[in-house]
Amino acid sequence: MKFLHNFLEKIRPAETSPMYTLHNAIETFLFVPGHTTHSGAHVRDAIDLKRTMFTVIIALLPALVFGMFNAGYQHYRWLSPDLAFWTMDNLMYGAMRIMPMIAVTYIAGLSIEIYFAYINKHAVNEGFLVSGMLIPLIMPIDIPLWMVAISTAFAVLFGKEVFGGTGMNVLNPALTARAFAFFAYPTYMSGDKVWIGDSADLAQKVDGFSGATALGQYATTGTTSYSAWDAFLGFIPGSIGETSAVAILIGAAYLIYSGVGSWKIMLSGALGALTMAFIFNSVSGSMDPGPMKEYMSIPPHFHLVFGSAAFALVFMATDPVSAAHTETGKWIYGFMIGILGILIRVFNPAYPEGWMLAILLMNTLAPLVDYYVVDSNIQKRLKRAKA
Amino acid sequence: MSSNEQSKPKSGLFSKENRKLLADPFNMQNPVTVQVLGICSSLAITVKLQPAIVMGVSVLVVTAFSNLITSLLRNLIPNRIRIIVQLVVVAALVIIVDQILKAYVYDVSKQLSVFVGLIITNCILMGRIEAFALGNTPWKSFLDGIGNGAGYAVVLIVIAFIRELLGSGQLYGYQVVPTDWYLNPETGTGFYSNNGMMLLPPMALIVVAIIIWVQRSKFKDLIEK
Repeated sequence: MKFLHNFLEKIRPAETSPMYTLHNAIETFLFVPGHTTHSGAHVRDAIDLKRTMFTVIIALLPALVFGMFNAGYQHYRWLSPDLAFWTMDNLMYGAMRIMPMIAVTYIAGLSIEIYFAYINKHAVNEGFLVSGMLIPLIMPIDIPLWMVAISTAFAVLFGKEVFGGTGMNVLNPALTARAFAFFAYPTYMSGDKVWIGDSADLAQKVDGFSGATALGQYATTGTTSYSAWDAFLGFIPGSIGETSAVAILIGAAYLIYSGVGSWKIMLSGALGALTMAFIFNSVSGSMDPGPMKEYMSIPPHFHLVFGSAAFALVFMATDPVSAAHTETGKWIYGFMIGILGILIRVFNPAYPEGWMLAILLMNTLAPLVDYYVVDSNIQKRLKRAKA
Repeated sequence: MSSNEQSKPKSGLFSKENRKLLADPFNMQNPVTVQVLGICSSLAITVKLQPAIVMGVSVLVVTAFSNLITSLLRNLIPNRIRIIVQLVVVAALVIIVDQILKAYVYDVSKQLSVFVGLIITNCILMGRIEAFALGNTPWKSFLDGIGNGAGYAVVLIVIAFIRELLGSGQLYGYQVVPTDWYLNPETGTGFYSNNGMMLLPPMALIVVAIIIWVQRSKFKDLIEK
């Protein structure tokens, strides 16, 4: 450790060069800076923003590792049935596809972040550490790398930097990247040819190949070939990190334990989703037969394990910057995300998933929710003061 | 209405002052990027270059002549009903332009649909008539109209250029991006794909924002304190 510290000290560039910004970013990433506050309380927790972000990265690791195994499993499964899941081959295949995506995301995003930090003359913020890990996890595996790079650049530039950088963004940057890719390159973000690695290749080799996700099958046929238990464990096609509810729950437990993620948003989001699914269940009886009727009558708890519900509620909705900040606001915000997520998922004719749009919509409404929560609290206290 | 404009010494047709009227709207007084007028139509009809050019020229013609006619009438219009008179002038010009488009470029006229008719509500027109034509001589007003119409047209064309190139791989309807560059999901050849977001109005807003950003970082005077 001492050696590393001395080494960083030795190569410290001049303060005016862009390399100084990069050096500063690496140094504060490795070592907690020794600054003290200039006034007021002088006791500081060692958990600064970088350490907070790192907590989220650790929470993401189970989903990431599972995603790598699953990427290989989904690909090789079509070539050899009865394939074991936890094999080195699967992991290698996934790593070879996912590692480049992560690298591309970090290079594209961090170069913009460092450039902006340099021209605005402040240290690099650590917000992108998490966004850069989230973006690959919410992309389909077959998306070309340059699309990931462009989406990331767009999200960092227009989702974050134009608002003033980390902590000022209205929208969740990772979801902004996904929304951009979704609207810009819809054929690489939806359909049944993108969720399994090398789908085009497999479609030629294997008869009866189908790369549709469980929700994709529900939307077109009203039923799925995957069981809810498989979906809970994660052995289904989908975006890289979203398939396994178990891996995500491990991350969620760590986030809640460390106090970084808000359990109120996760819980109220799940409740909102269940509520909406119950409503759909109860009205679907009077509907005309067809895939829509079937889709609406999926048992509520299925909605939480299929698609990206778990990932969205645990890692996306809880983004501390773009979520509601007041405690009551968090309940309202999470609940509305749950309601809208299922609503859009079932009724969206183009794409059978809704969490991205639901969370982005609620991101824009979060300040409004906070405003009314604070306002009602003021009114309540005024009334009490008068009485 | 300024009353003493006639008493000023007569300046040449293209004196420095008059040339400024033409040149200013291109940059420091651009109606779209600086005054943020006419945004609606610049989002709606800039998916392709051809309609954008036709729209730009139409607005240029209407601003130029509505400025000229209002300026000719400016001492006859009672102040209290001036808006109605201005509307009559603009509406008449818009209908003429619309009929001409229908007669000669019917396809484009179909694409522009209501937006030609909506030139009448374009803020640039009323803005220039109210702010300039009512208080200046016809020739100056005419130049001002041309300048502002052209300033609007230039921005429209730049937006449409970016959107058509990145969104459809074409320029003025001709394929610019080589077709064998395109990713083919069947064979796996190629590497490129059009950006579908460019075809949607929200991206036009972002393109306008980028243009404003570039312009402001080049001309620092435009940045508000």
